Amino acid sequence: MDVQPIVPAEPVVVVRHLRKSYGRTVAVDGVSFDVARGEIFGLIGPNGAGKTTTMECVEGLRAPDSGTIAVLGLDPVRDVRALQERIGVQLQEAQLQKRITVREAVDLWAALYRAPVDGGRLLDQLGLRERQHARFMTLSGGQKQRLLIALALVNDPEVVFLDELTTGLDPQARRAIWDLVRGIRARGKTVFLTTHLMEEAERLCDRVAIIDRGRLVDLGAPAELVRRHCPTATVVVVTAAPEAAAAFAAIPGVTSVVQDGTTHTIRGAAGGLVTEVIRCLAGHRIDVRDVRTDLPTLEDVFLETTGRAMRD
Amino acid sequence: MLRGLWRLTWLELRIFLREPLGVFGTVLAPVLVFLALGRLLGGRVRATDPDAADVARDLPVVVAMLVAVGAILSLVAIMAIYREGGILKRLRATPLRPATILTAHVLVKMLLSTTTLTLMAVAGRRFVPAGAEAPWLSFGVAVVFTVACVLSIGFVIASVVPTARFAQPLGALVLYPMLGLSGLFVPLDVLPPGLQFVARALPFTPAVSLLRGIWHGEGWASHTGDMAVLALVFALCVALASRVFRWE
Repeated sequence: MDVQPIVPAEPVVVVRHLRKSYGRTVAVDGVSFDVARGEIFGLIGPNGAGKTTTMECVEGLRAPDSGTIAVLGLDPVRDVRALQERIGVQLQEAQLQKRITVREAVDLWAALYRAPVDGGRLLDQLGLRERQHARFMTLSGGQKQRLLIALALVNDPEVVFLDELTTGLDPQARRAIWDLVRGIRARGKTVFLTTHLMEEAERLCDRVAIIDRGRLVDLGAPAELVRRHCPTATVVVVTAAPEAAAAFAAIPGVTSVVQDGTTHTIRGAAGGLVTEVIRCLAGHRIDVRDVRTDLPTLEDVFLETTGRAMRD
Repeated sequence: MLRGLWRLTWLELRIFLREPLGVFGTVLAPVLVFLALGRLLGGRVRATDPDAADVARDLPVVVAMLVAVGAILSLVAIMAIYREGGILKRLRATPLRPATILTAHVLVKMLLSTTTLTLMAVAGRRFVPAGAEAPWLSFGVAVVFTVACVLSIGFVIASVVPTARFAQPLGALVLYPMLGLSGLFVPLDVLPPGLQFVARALPFTPAVSLLRGIWHGEGWASHTGDMAVLALVFALCVALASRVFRWE
């Protein structure tokens, strides 16, 4: 599907017709998008979709086969030195020396850049102060990830790249990382991340680009994508009232009502379905044993646009 | 541009010293083995006696070469671990150059090798006295020069070897035949002509020739050829390594 990207007001990342193959495998196949200053932009899709390759081309770690990329007006391949001072990166599955301490890592990174931030304050911000003398190998998954984010922030970058930053973390650590990422945006930085977790994209990203098999499928705010691709919602009402099925069928916008014993499955336009069903229940004074809603998510958008479920 | 070199070198040294087995294996174990052997043999041969056995006469040269080979293998292993673990990839996204990373590790290896050799020299004098006339200072300079040059062979292997598991056998496969043909254990003259030709083309041969010559009191002037070849090996290996260096 050919999708025209929406051009935001002030793009800090501009990607046009990016292509990259490894041997005969086409990893990225003509991807175009922009990332606006100050937003959290997510590249989403299953593993192997081309997210990391796209991001590493933008970071200047890989040279594209064709297409153009500008980051802060710089060419990531030609101007990689100038770019490195102004961006921060956290790489997928990156490790540090096993016996390096948290503080040593931050200090080493600070020594590599021209204008580093204060290492101690950075550790405070990321909640690593009390672990500053701990060796990398002794950190928990969440702490490692926070340290890698800290390293991405050492040079006070304008754009921060985070590749699969919560993969393998437990839900609690994941939420803590999400808060950190929102904090990065709150300090005026642009965040460009990749994830294969639709929940993460939905909760964190201002805009997402869905990428599948190296191609851009669609791009927009998560809610907007859901409205565009999955306009149907489902409400399940469990009630013994005999008049219920007919009453539900009469609700404007309802496309189908399936009754299975006392369980009624109502489908209709996502916009006002839940409100209308509640109004109907109140209007007909129907006694209800249970009500469940099943609203479309990015997961459904992915299924709808690619014809495939996300694989973990 | 070597920004961060000193900090990285100092850091890598401290990280290395935190690994108890690494310190033992690299610095202490060779000295202890040496001491044990010395006590066992209990020889009172003077290392510079013209009529002493070849092995005793060349002991410092043998030790220096073995420590150099150990340093190369260790360099290759560390770089392989760093590549496999994604540490190199992470460093790549910083302003660090590959040359800076390699140089830091070479400096650490040089420091550790020099420490080991100094300890062995001090320990070994009890069993194999070198005699007052032994040219320790010149020999020390020759060792540092030689180790620095042959470590560059490690750059090339370290630049391409994909995994840590592969690093050790590949390093051994390249280094031990070169050591065997270096003239250290078997005089080059007794080799068949074809093998002699190969041996003279290998970089360990001038290294052994230089170390042996300086140890036996020959002047630097008679070894300018060896030094030139070693410098050339260094330049070629550095150039090759910087072309084939792989971050991941």
